[in-house]
Amino acid sequence: MNFKLKVWRQSDAAAAGEWRTYGVSEIDSGASFLEMLDILNDRLVVEGERPIAFDYDCREGICGSCALTIDGTPHGPRQVTSCQVFMREFTDGSEIIVEPFRASPFKVLCDLVVDRTPFDRIVEAGGYISVDAGPKPEPNATPISPETQQAAMDAAACIGCGACVAACPNGSAMLFTGAKATHLNVLPQGQPERYDRSRAMVEQMDAEGFGGCTNTGECEAVCPQEISISVIGELYRDYRKSMVHVLRSRRGRMKAQ
Amino acid sequence: MADPHPPGLNEEGELEGSSGRHGGILRQFWDSTIGKKIVVAVSGSILGLYLIVHMLGNLKGFQGPGGGEPEIDVYGEWLREVGSPALPEQGALWVVRAILLLALVLHVVAIVQLSRRNLAAKPKGHRPPRIQRSLASRTMLLSGLVLLAFVVFHVLQFTTATIQTTPIVEGEVYANLYAAFQEWYFVVFYVVSMGLLALHLRHGAWSLTQTMGWDKPNRNPTLRRTATALAVVVSLGFAAVPLGFWLGIVPEPTSEAAATAASGEPR
Repeated sequence: MNFKLKVWRQSDAAAAGEWRTYGVSEIDSGASFLEMLDILNDRLVVEGERPIAFDYDCREGICGSCALTIDGTPHGPRQVTSCQVFMREFTDGSEIIVEPFRASPFKVLCDLVVDRTPFDRIVEAGGYISVDAGPKPEPNATPISPETQQAAMDAAACIGCGACVAACPNGSAMLFTGAKATHLNVLPQGQPERYDRSRAMVEQMDAEGFGGCTNTGECEAVCPQEISISVIGELYRDYRKSMVHVLRSRRGRMKAQ
Repeated sequence: MADPHPPGLNEEGELEGSSGRHGGILRQFWDSTIGKKIVVAVSGSILGLYLIVHMLGNLKGFQGPGGGEPEIDVYGEWLREVGSPALPEQGALWVVRAILLLALVLHVVAIVQLSRRNLAAKPKGHRPPRIQRSLASRTMLLSGLVLLAFVVFHVLQFTTATIQTTPIVEGEVYANLYAAFQEWYFVVFYVVSMGLLALHLRHGAWSLTQTMGWDKPNRNPTLRRTATALAVVVSLGFAAVPLGFWLGIVPEPTSEAAATAASGEPR
């Protein structure tokens, strides 16, 4: 199969960046999108041009490293990770537009590679539980219903790829933050820090410059892990309750003498 | 380096944010995107509740001229008197107006600030293609701006009577409505605005439940349908009045003052 690739080239974060068009020919229909880019890069190296930089790791759809906007849609139109896009899905001879995930907090570092450390800082702000070291607790002491476990697992499926932010017309990170907060907030282990977590993660999310959610639902339409916007509702609820929680803690207390 | 105090607690062992160090919890609330969205949701629902009452009151126009004393004129008079003598004349009216103005200002200010954030969070020229966002959700800013302009016009026309394209006489609600909605341009403007109101309410009402954290997967279909029903009923109820007068479903006013108002019509 033959394709015309329109690729975003940008030598470093400070550079302006530009569109470049490359032809690729005799690509196997079974090749993945990333393999097609590998083949193109082999040729660019031979021709003395700098190969196209792109993120990848596992290439089996579980790590969340790959992040390509294909024909305008994050990860392409099939709601999978970029590495799970195959060339047979494209029309032979067509032009394919490849660009990085676009959002102001995700700085383009080089070509198709963006800086997703804002996500790391959101998780650092509250995406953890504090436990005292000690003997292994008795598992039956804290029962977790299958429904709760399923809800936590659904949220924990987030691989942090950033497609939700790229697909959002407001560049909002609510689906990511909602998933990371909900996954701990619904479990017994997450309860002690529940409200502080919600507030801290939202505060960090805002500090990173992500936009606000307008409930358009575009994020869940591109999420390769099919995370529902119900996690955003959970975060709204926990954030609202955290405010009440703080106000309550400021109530006057009775003093004994 | 070890943290000297547990996360989320400050040196005094109080919850973070509970001291004045971060400028107070209300400041934090207003500065966060979710806090502002909650302000938008609450102020929007105040405006929405008012719309329902306003729409129901308008339907009194369909009770007709009533032989000199139209029901809607009586209702208009009652709105000025309600609450007296406990409240001063027009007291309740002004309390409602003050609440509405405050809600509107908060709604608009929070939206302007949020929209500026949202625009800044997206590099220029990179608006993602539409996948499943609804027409209503895409046009919230547009419908909101048109509705704001509509509200200003509407108040200037029927409340302050500043716009006298058709003569507006204080107290003669029925005659005023009749005269104004004989003009096709007013009818078109009002009906189109109510169409946009339907879109705005449809996304706004459901968004309210999501932003307040009331929506859950099992409630979602009901909430979506309720929001759609609310939007359709409210906007149809409003649009029925100008259409009713224009199509002649409700008769001409009969009172003397109204007759002079209607005959004084320049066109």
